[in-house]
Amino acid sequence: MPRTRSLTALATALVTTCVLATACTGPSGSAAADDPKADVTLNFWHGWSAPGEVAAIEENIARFQAAHPNIKVKVTGNMTDDKINQALRAGGDKAPDVVSSFTTDSVGKFCNSGAFTDLGPFLAKSGIDATKVFPRTLLDYTRFDGNQCTLPLLHDAYGLVYNKDAFREAGITEPPGTWSRFVEVARQLTKPSGDSYERVGIMPTFHGYETTPMRLAAQWSPTYFTPDGRANLAGDPAFARMLSAQKDLVDKLGGYGRLERFRATFGDEWSAEHPFHQGKVAMQIDGEWRPGMAQEAGVTFEIGTAPLPVPDDQAADYGKGYLSGTVVGMARGSKKQNAAWELVKYMTTDTDAVVAFANAIHNVPSTLAALDSPKLQVTPEFKTFLDIARHPRSSTTPAQADGGTYQLTFTDFAYAVEKGEVTDIAAGLARTDRQIDADIAKAK
Amino acid sequence: MPAPSACVPASAPAPAAAPAAATAPAPALRRKHRRSALRTAAFLSPWLIGCGVFFAYPLLSTVYFSFTKYDGFRPPAFNGLDNWTYLFTGYPLFWPAMRNTLWLVVVVVTCRTLFGLGIGLLITRIRTGAGLLRTLFHLPYLAPPVAATLAFVFLLNPGTGPVNTLLEGAGLPAPGWFTDAGWSKPALTVLALWGIGDLMVIFMAALLDVPKEQYEAAALDGAGPWQRFRHVTLPNIAPIVLFAVVTGVVQVMQYYTQPLVAGKVAAGVIGGSGQQFEPGYPGKSTLTLPQIVYNAGFQRFDYGTACAVALVLFALSMACTALLMRRGGGLLGAGE
Repeated sequence: MPRTRSLTALATALVTTCVLATACTGPSGSAAADDPKADVTLNFWHGWSAPGEVAAIEENIARFQAAHPNIKVKVTGNMTDDKINQALRAGGDKAPDVVSSFTTDSVGKFCNSGAFTDLGPFLAKSGIDATKVFPRTLLDYTRFDGNQCTLPLLHDAYGLVYNKDAFREAGITEPPGTWSRFVEVARQLTKPSGDSYERVGIMPTFHGYETTPMRLAAQWSPTYFTPDGRANLAGDPAFARMLSAQKDLVDKLGGYGRLERFRATFGDEWSAEHPFHQGKVAMQIDGEWRPGMAQEAGVTFEIGTAPLPVPDDQAADYGKGYLSGTVVGMARGSKKQNAAWELVKYMTTDTDAVVAFANAIHNVPSTLAALDSPKLQVTPEFKTFLDIARHPRSSTTPAQADGGTYQLTFTDFAYAVEKGEVTDIAAGLARTDRQIDADIAKAK
Repeated sequence: MPAPSACVPASAPAPAAAPAAATAPAPALRRKHRRSALRTAAFLSPWLIGCGVFFAYPLLSTVYFSFTKYDGFRPPAFNGLDNWTYLFTGYPLFWPAMRNTLWLVVVVVTCRTLFGLGIGLLITRIRTGAGLLRTLFHLPYLAPPVAATLAFVFLLNPGTGPVNTLLEGAGLPAPGWFTDAGWSKPALTVLALWGIGDLMVIFMAALLDVPKEQYEAAALDGAGPWQRFRHVTLPNIAPIVLFAVVTGVVQVMQYYTQPLVAGKVAAGVIGGSGQQFEPGYPGKSTLTLPQIVYNAGFQRFDYGTACAVALVLFALSMACTALLMRRGGGLLGAGE
């Protein structure tokens, strides 16, 4: 039966080819088998939407395409995490191969669910030692449980942006370095007006834009989880101290109700109506983008930047701050992973690419080489944030299986504290720990 | 929303079954019955397919997924009652959302029905300017929910909104509206009343349909305005009132856009990049069950719990509708 023999031979050849092909890929752990030199079109989704940012990412992609003529990149911007998640779940040809997300807190979910592929084998294949390329804190927030499912693409450092004219007017010569001095300065800069304010030294409530509990807590160097992975908010006194200090500041500046009524008059964070631009607040906890945005909004006062104050008993650590940033990952379902890796590798590890992109959108570069690059444009205001990024005690919030849900639970408790609804902070933190543990257990 | 059993055609096989029990039918008769049954099924098939694909299958899938651990990326894995236990004892958003949804069902549906009826009565009775008033009351209903909510949040802004400026000018207390947990649901109720145009049109049609002779007869019997409303108008429009209440309950059970947008705008996180946001600002007071379906499924990657919430919502809708229909039987009877 010649037909049967032919089929048998064909099947044998196929099986042999498959076995050999599998053997050749080695034990790298990467299942990608596509040819990175083949002509291919990648779908890249990102969240940038401002015209300047979109132009910058497109220039970055154009440089990549010039260096990789076989890879065409179809760029889609203004994508939120919700849209990205849906597309990753749906898969298919139109789903993204490469994704960038602003939500650093989602990394745990991305890694834990397998939405993004582990980049460890790709780094190894390219001979890249991530610990020598990226700052440690940035590696911390781009991986979960040993799975490096994302890499950092620029990052944000949080510090204090302040109105130098207001400081001069109040006779303050330098930004506050310790928490007690910070409270004093905030009170000096506050100008009441009837039952409201003409200006507050700082809007200390946790709905005050970037003033989140996590960013403030970083100044107390907290440990969110015990070594065995249990929530540690009640165990580490840093959290209770931070909450008490913030509540004290809220009370000293006029109380929660009065401050929140004033906050309701604030404009949008990303517009020229930002209260810092309008002189309604003299100090603002913010990222490195704020001085540039304030200048673009046409402010007439002089802007200063400084690290956030530290607790009085940690004065030696002044200069540290909270770090987070944009992350890039590759869809696990992508059939073009080797080509996608070329794009991810270029955007995240090519020093010139990282520096050019950082210069264009005024973010902090995300590689050690780029941080020291002479091509990096550094203004005095921006240098403060570069120094915060380099500070060995700067920290971030750890990735978790439930993404940032644990942070939202903590934030929820912090809202209750600042409103004065909590009389026993320690007991409240213990309850918060139990909730966080339950949520993480559910997510795992 | 129809019950699952409503999808099952109950009458098709019945004619063949009864004679079969007595004497065996002749082959020709059996063929006739079979052809008849097939014909019936063929005529019903578009509905059967639609009901199966768009109602029965999603409902059964939702029940199945509520007993699985499923994040949309990995295959679902059976986890027994874990999702249900977590929902009732561990999920911190569930009970606040349940309380808010029930509050809104009771208050918003009652207020909208009474207000819609009142506006309908007003417009059908006034002699001049009825057309203008009808247009004015109907227009807000046509506004997109997001735009309408944004406008309301700005109008009711406690710091800069004109409403509080007027209240303060008149020496009245100025509430925090969408920034105060005690006032956010009343503010949502005001928003729902502003968009009363749909109910106003329905009630106007019902009121204009009441036979004039009955009013004339009542007037001859000496009935006053309240007695005419109580004994003539209300019995005649009772089925429409029931319709308004039942559809209102179903709509409020699905209340999502307005509370979410109001909460986000009032919290000041509309344009925040990279910021996580759980719905319900201020103090979970605008959290509703549909919002936590989304929160669990798409923000927490927990389809199983999201499906359990959806089933709770389904059971609640069915229970409310059944109760209203049972109670409404008397209401309907009053109109006959």
